[in-house]
Amino acid sequence: MTADCDIAVLGAGPAGANAAIQAATGGCSVVLLDEAAQPGGQVWRAKSTSILSAPANSESKAGDALRRAVNQSDITHHGSTRVWQIERVDDVWRLYLLQGNQTEKMTARALILATGAREFVHPIPGWTTPGVHGLAGATALFKDALILPGKNTVVAGAGPLAFFVASEIRRLGGQIAAVITPNSRSEWLRAIPAMSARPDLLARGATWVADLMTSGIPIHWRHAVTAVSGTSQVDAVHFQRVSPDWSPVDKVRTLNADSLCLGHGLIPDTQAAQLAGLELTYRAELGGWVARVAPDGITEVKNLFVCGDGAGILGAAAAVVQGRLAGLAAATGFGAQRSENLYQQLLSQHARAARFGRAATALALPRPGLNRVATPNTIICRCESLTLADIRDEIRTGATSTNAVKAGLRAGMGPCGGRYCQTAVSRLIEHTANLPEGSVAPPTPRPPLRPVPLSAMADDFNYDDLPISKPAPL
Amino acid sequence: MSTTHDIAIIGGGIMGCATALRLAEVGMRTIVLDQGDLGLGASGVNAGTLSLQIKRVKLMPYALAGHREWEAMGVAVGFKKPGGYTLAFTAREAALLQERQSLKAQAGAPIRFVSIDELRKAEPNLAPGIVAASYCPEDGYANSSLTGRYYRLRMRAADIDVRERCPATKISQTSGGFRIETPQAPVKCVRLLIAAGGWIKPLAGQLGVDLPINVRVNTASVTERMKPLFSAVIGHATGLLTMKQKTDGTVLIGGGWQGRGTPQSGRGTVTMETVIPNLALAQFALPALGSARVTRCWTGFEANVPDFYPLAGQLPGVANAFVLGCVRGGFTIGPYIGRLMGDFILGRETELSLFDPGRDFNEELQ
Repeated sequence: MTADCDIAVLGAGPAGANAAIQAATGGCSVVLLDEAAQPGGQVWRAKSTSILSAPANSESKAGDALRRAVNQSDITHHGSTRVWQIERVDDVWRLYLLQGNQTEKMTARALILATGAREFVHPIPGWTTPGVHGLAGATALFKDALILPGKNTVVAGAGPLAFFVASEIRRLGGQIAAVITPNSRSEWLRAIPAMSARPDLLARGATWVADLMTSGIPIHWRHAVTAVSGTSQVDAVHFQRVSPDWSPVDKVRTLNADSLCLGHGLIPDTQAAQLAGLELTYRAELGGWVARVAPDGITEVKNLFVCGDGAGILGAAAAVVQGRLAGLAAATGFGAQRSENLYQQLLSQHARAARFGRAATALALPRPGLNRVATPNTIICRCESLTLADIRDEIRTGATSTNAVKAGLRAGMGPCGGRYCQTAVSRLIEHTANLPEGSVAPPTPRPPLRPVPLSAMADDFNYDDLPISKPAPL
Repeated sequence: MSTTHDIAIIGGGIMGCATALRLAEVGMRTIVLDQGDLGLGASGVNAGTLSLQIKRVKLMPYALAGHREWEAMGVAVGFKKPGGYTLAFTAREAALLQERQSLKAQAGAPIRFVSIDELRKAEPNLAPGIVAASYCPEDGYANSSLTGRYYRLRMRAADIDVRERCPATKISQTSGGFRIETPQAPVKCVRLLIAAGGWIKPLAGQLGVDLPINVRVNTASVTERMKPLFSAVIGHATGLLTMKQKTDGTVLIGGGWQGRGTPQSGRGTVTMETVIPNLALAQFALPALGSARVTRCWTGFEANVPDFYPLAGQLPGVANAFVLGCVRGGFTIGPYIGRLMGDFILGRETELSLFDPGRDFNEELQ
């Protein structure tokens, strides 16, 4: 079967766009697909036209360079395009795309998945109050539209992202009530040797913390936000000291604030990989459930490559390099010459960036004590308004898989397709049924990858084309 | 620990669980093994249609009894009986409808033909262009997703041993019955029932019995919640469409369109080449569906034998081994035929006759 292009790349962030550029350099015809209008992904997201004059920062500069490189290449870039189904037909990949309200089909000989990450917010009492943002969600608001989460914001969460968010809010003129992180100072100190693999990134992180400290912003190490109060808007944020496994201890303290940025790490977005036929395994050091992927993006399925945070949360620096490696591997499969020098150079760059990324991911990885924060009334599944008590009761009747909880209660059957609740549900099953961490897998993937209007799926229908099948036996 | 069970049932779907519940009632020491979760194979992923209009003529008494069972299970399985319409859009479909529904009515289903006016009054959102329709007030649906949950609670209450995510990796005959290897401890049992749907064939094969089983890969799709659009179960004269709007507002669309894959290769996968015309036909019948967003499409394996009647009885040539499964409309009759199977294993007379797995599948069933 002939294909529309050699290589289709899903996701135009640091990994996907670099994979596409590298593969096109090797002479392959490449189509780059992304939901956003312009390349950049979440981390190097383009500014909306209304804020083009806003000051540049290192993310916007890296994104601008990437967008220029994509524009100057021979890549066919389709922005504002959602891939909603992936099928293997004979020896090619068939993709179903949503553009506007239209379905388009395309085929490719090889597929590179660079779907990135989604963020995990562990449910706490009041986390659905307006004014509570995910840490990564908040960065999207800054980058896209210079919108701050509120006038007086508490920033809370694990790993480096909380410090980046707090520092950006200050840079954009916002006020920070406090930074609250479950990590201790000594955990950070212990991570420094690994993070020194990328001294540039480590130095950048240090400036965020230094800025906060010199400005007198309170940083509560080894603390966690355990509740939010407010009805139509956040009024106050409650926090407690936590033990090394992040169980809350000691008395509750309260900060007045109108907003909260909260996050518990990033999770590889693997639904496209699952649809393409890859099995997942649990790798805590990579941020959770991931496909088996080599450093150069090669997987167990022929002509299927995965790179970037979708293969494991190692951050943008590693994603750039793994993207190039995957683009190189895919192009080599179609006869492009591979420079052994470049290949070895990229592998060692990736190893260094990955060392930094693993250290950052380890800091952010949710720990078991977090499971003690939610109360019976805390919402776990937002789409279906299911509480902790609903889900725990179901688990206690013996529903100890995510598929069983989903079927019995609809947790994960709403429009978000489980993106918000599935990690919390897995962890809750492990906690309630006393199962080891990483033993409860995500549910069976179901297409479409995003909800698609039925009219867009069903277009071009002619009633007379219905098959005249043999009727069922009488 | 070397307990011997009176019976091991491989397959914790509707049929296996219903049989287990019947056997446990009389005190048989029963264990149910499932390679996945209870009730999440075909039992939990089918479209949940309970329609006499799509049942086989000879299975009508079983289907009527099945409807009574589902009605008794009630709200715990999301049972609803809003009635069902089957639509014809062309003269050919109208003739097909007339012929088939008349035979089903003669077999005892309360099916009648309705005027287009009556249909419009009941379901104003249906498309124009319908030329004929039949109606059955007994038609309805259950929420198949709740099957596993329902049986899990029933099995617990009946104190039946259940092992989930526990495939039978090897079955052998022993002096006292059977030994089943599993990833957990082996299971020893006097009797064995294979009720594993699409996986019956390889399991029976381990006992040297080759059953002529084929597997269909049925596809279904569901939308997000919508405001009320229709209330009855809607079918199409060709059988290429079934749809229902559940109480939560989601619209479930099926019609026997085929996906890909085999039970041996794991789960089936949908192919848009068949999902798209299925959804298009749904929109053709009910144009307002066009604005609904589709949230999930999936497949389930439906096993069948060449005569498309159930396998329910003794596994040919293997003493104390039984097999139950393989039927079009297995969701409907499952709870009932499972109970009959229990009676059969207990050596009791069954209320309706069973379907000998040793029969000649090319002969007309008597």
